[in-house]
Parts: sequence; structure tokens; C-alpha cells
Amino acid sequence: MTHATGARRARHGALQLLSILVAAVVVVPIVFGILGGFKDNGQLFTNPFGLPDPWIPGNYVDALRSSAFWQQATNSLVIAIASTVLVVGVGAMAAYIFARYAFPGREVLFTLFAIGLMFPFAVAILPLFVLLREMNLLNNPLGVVLPQAAFGLPITIIILRSFFRGIPAEVEESAVLDGCGPFRFFWRILLPMSRPALGTVAVLAVVGSWNNYLLPLIVFNDSRWWTLPLGVQQFQSQYSADTARILAYVTLAMLPSLVCYAFAERQLISGLTSGISKG
Amino acid sequence: MLTDERRPAPAAPPPPVEATRRRRRRPWLTIVAFLSPALVLFLLLVLTPIVVAAYGSFFNWNGFGAPTAFVGLENFHRLLVDEIFVGDLRRALLLVVLSLGIQVPMSLALAMLLNQPLRGRRVYRMLFFTPFVLSEVVTAVLFTMIFSPNQGLANHITRLIGLGDLGATWLADPDTVMYSLFLVISWKYFGFHTILFLAGRQGIPQELHDAAAIDGAGPWQAFRRITLPLLGPTIRLSVFLSVLGTIQLFDMVWVLTGGGPIRSSETLAVTMFQEGFKRFHVGYASAISMMIFLISLTFGLLYQRFVLRRDLEGAITTIGDRR
Repeated sequence: MTHATGARRARHGALQLLSILVAAVVVVPIVFGILGGFKDNGQLFTNPFGLPDPWIPGNYVDALRSSAFWQQATNSLVIAIASTVLVVGVGAMAAYIFARYAFPGREVLFTLFAIGLMFPFAVAILPLFVLLREMNLLNNPLGVVLPQAAFGLPITIIILRSFFRGIPAEVEESAVLDGCGPFRFFWRILLPMSRPALGTVAVLAVVGSWNNYLLPLIVFNDSRWWTLPLGVQQFQSQYSADTARILAYVTLAMLPSLVCYAFAERQLISGLTSGISKG
Repeated sequence: MLTDERRPAPAAPPPPVEATRRRRRRPWLTIVAFLSPALVLFLLLVLTPIVVAAYGSFFNWNGFGAPTAFVGLENFHRLLVDEIFVGDLRRALLLVVLSLGIQVPMSLALAMLLNQPLRGRRVYRMLFFTPFVLSEVVTAVLFTMIFSPNQGLANHITRLIGLGDLGATWLADPDTVMYSLFLVISWKYFGFHTILFLAGRQGIPQELHDAAAIDGAGPWQAFRRITLPLLGPTIRLSVFLSVLGTIQLFDMVWVLTGGGPIRSSETLAVTMFQEGFKRFHVGYASAISMMIFLISLTFGLLYQRFVLRRDLEGAITTIGDRR
């Protein structure tokens, strides 16, 4: 008996050790960034692993005092919200039709959207640039918001359609009998009933927009509109020799994602995995 | 009846007579009103660019004004003998092989680990997934610092564990850059695959493993004969996402190496970006875009047709059949 529990304990210990090791691989680079921001370059060389000694908050203070950082964070936020509202709103309307209305050509249209899943930004970016230039949307946040929403439509429509289909037809029938038109049914009944699915597609849209790099890179020449990914990358090339300063800036840039993740871990994990797997 | 809710609702059930009349009055108006915003957005900003890229790839075009110098298939012909482009394909293959050979099995193993009754399992799960939440750009900048020769962490670690200056050059040497890149990609994405596998594993009914244990199957046998086959759909999905992600890789490489040193870490998308936005060979770059598209599409369709077919209900290739 004692032998068996001993073996189990040893096994448990080994597994625990392995988990800690992998967790360290994840955590060490991030903590290196956070702590590195509090060091100077000399400390980074002589004392790479330990706590900063002394703590030098200057790099963080500089970044937080710079208007550029706040501007970039605001731009990222505004663009993410606008893209999400647009893609979820427009996508939900289309998904409602695909789920509830029969009309000739419906499946062809739906397949057209579904095939859009196979179009990555990278394929379309050149002509998109030419098109946005013709439409005068360069250096304009709409030049990022509209294409992001358009490219987010396929996954949004696919997820929402399958969810809308799962809502019993009786719900709509009784609403219609009570004199509810399609607009009111959609807005007052269907959307409130679909919160989980709307949450999934909203997570996908927000994270996708927040992390997007390629599109803002070609659309925004003017640093006034830069988003955080652009700002971080530019900051790195500007201060390439000053590692500590860059680490502070990167840390600040990843903080919003980390904080959101800490508070909404479950929603983010389930949104991102179920959303992407369905694509 | 309550049980009705469990039945999947039919696409467009015949509503009661009165409701039908009400809806029939102006169904087209509703359909057009609800569908057109999505359709306009999608046609204008997704399909049009793809068509323009396809069209532009047949021209010698600098991106200004309409393309006029038609060159037929010359751009594609040049691609096939372009060392860089062929190198892109070779490097994509290398990354795919590394991902499937190392990253996917490792993620699977970690999922099995997290499926054990381990103290702090929830915390590990959360930590493993963290890198996936960060953007590729932030990850790349962070690792540029980590790989930096003097202040970076990587060299300190190799020295600490007695490997000396094993990879002192990491990103600066054409021979090591792809492996360093793979390291960063794995760091960012292994947690996502682990969570996928974990969800798949937890979807397998416990009774199967209980029955196997009663029949005397050891843990390895149970894994080999029960877990692995039943995880098939998840594994196939994980492989699918890895391959597509690799073909379309851009942000990470662009920020981490810019495709260098001496173009030794360029991917298809990086080469396209260089040609299109730096050298204004828009026609040629469009041809690369089309190749990325065709490779993704061919892979996606073949994979769904032959590998994923039994797993994914409503996948692209079966949508047409459901009418």
C-alpha cells in the first residue's frame, strides 16, 4: 500500500516538475520583458535573471508620459471597437437571413462567404492598397476598419448562422403571431438570445483587430493613426541599441492583452479556440 | 413538447398559415435589407482585391494607374526560376515539417499532462495559453531583445546550462535563423494547440478508459488504442491550422528578421511584400499573392475533401451538397 502511494507520489512529482518547466518557458520571456524595463542596459548584461538592482522606473515613466503611447493605445482601441461593432452587426444580419429565409441562390451566396475563409489578408493586401488609395482611405481609420470587418465576415456569419439555426422555430412563429416584424424580432428577440455566440465572434474580432499589423502598416503612413503593433515596431527600430527602453515599451504594449486575459480568461480561451476551429 | 428543442431546427420551417401570409408580404425587402450591407462589404473589399490580384498577375505593373503591359504567364514563369521564391517554398516546407514533427506532438503530450489530476492544473492551462493572446508583433519584438547578442536572455541561458555560445548568433546567421524563428512560433502557438487537444481529450467519455482499465490495459495502451484514435478529428484540425498558418506567415518574420539575413528567412508573404511595397513590382508581387492563394486553397480543399471530410459538418466542400 505504502509502496503504491509512494510510486504515485513520485509520478505526481515528476509531472508537476514538467509542468513547472513548461510554465517557466512561457513565463520567463514575459517576466524578462517586465523586469528588463526596470533595468538599464548595463544591468541587463551583468544581471539578466535577477530582480533589478536598483529599480529604474525611468523607461516606463518616459513611455507613459509620451503622447505617442496613449495615442497608439487609443487608436488601437477605437479601431478594434469600430471593426467589431461593424462586423458583428452586419454579419448577424446576414446570418439571420441565411439561417431563416429560403430563397433561390441562398446556398451559393453562403458558400461564397464561406470560401472567404481561405482568403488571408496577405493575398489581398496589394490590390487592397491600390483600392484604398483610389477610395482615398489611406491614412484614414476607415481604411483599416472596413477591410477588417469585411475579412471577418465569413467566420462571423458561419458561427452565427449555425447558432441562429439552433433557436427553435417556434420562438419566431409565436413572435410573428404576436405581430412582431422581422426587424423587431431580430433586434429584440434573436440577438438577446444569442449572447454566447455574439460573444465568441466579438472576441475573435477584437483580438484580430487589436493584433493586426499588416493592414495598418500599409494604410497608415501618418504616425497620428498608428496602432500599438505599429508603434512598438517603430519604437524598436528607433531605439534599436537601447534594449531596456524597448522592453519597457513592449511591456506596456502587451499589458492590455494580459490584463484582459487575466479578467476574462474563460471567455477568451473558449472564444478563440471555438471560433478558430470552426474556421 | 420540451424534447422539440433538442432537435436541430430546420432551415426554414413552414410557419403557420397566418404567419406565412404576414411574412410573404415583403420577404424580398427583408432579405435585401439584411443581406446587402454584408454583401457590399464583402464584394468590394474581399472579392474585388482577389480578382484584381489575379488580373494584375498577368501584367508588368507598378501599381499606379491601370495595368496595361500584358505579359501573359511571364510573372509565373519567372517565379518558378526565382531562387528566393523557390527558397520560400522550401522554408515553408521546413517549418511545416518542424511543426508537425515537434510542435504538434509536444502540444499533444502537454494536453495529456494537463488532463492528469494535477495540483494547479488550471493555472498551468492559463499560463500555457498566454502567448497566444499576445500579438505576433509584440512577441517578435520581445524575442528580438531576447536573442540580442549581449543584453539578450537566450545566450545567458545557453551559457548557464553549459552550452556555451551555442547559438550566439540566433537570428543573425542564415543557418540558424529558421530554427530560432521556429522556436518563437512554437512559443506563441503551442498553448493554442494544447488547449484544442485538451478539449478533445475531455470530450472522450471516461467510461471508455474505465472499461479499458478493467480489461487490463496499461496507460500507454489506453492512449494508443483509445485516446489517439478518438482524438483524430482534433489532430487533423491542428495539423490543418498549422500548415495554413505557416503558408501565410508574415508579421512574426517581418518584425523578427525582416526576411534576413541576406533573405534567408523570407516567407512567401514577406517576398510578396518586398516586391510589391518596396520595389513596386506589383504585377510580380500579385503573382506571388496568387500562388499563396492557390497553395492555401488547394491544400484547404484537398485536406477537407480527403482528410477532414468525416470530421467537419458544414465544411466548405460539403456546403454545396447540402441543398
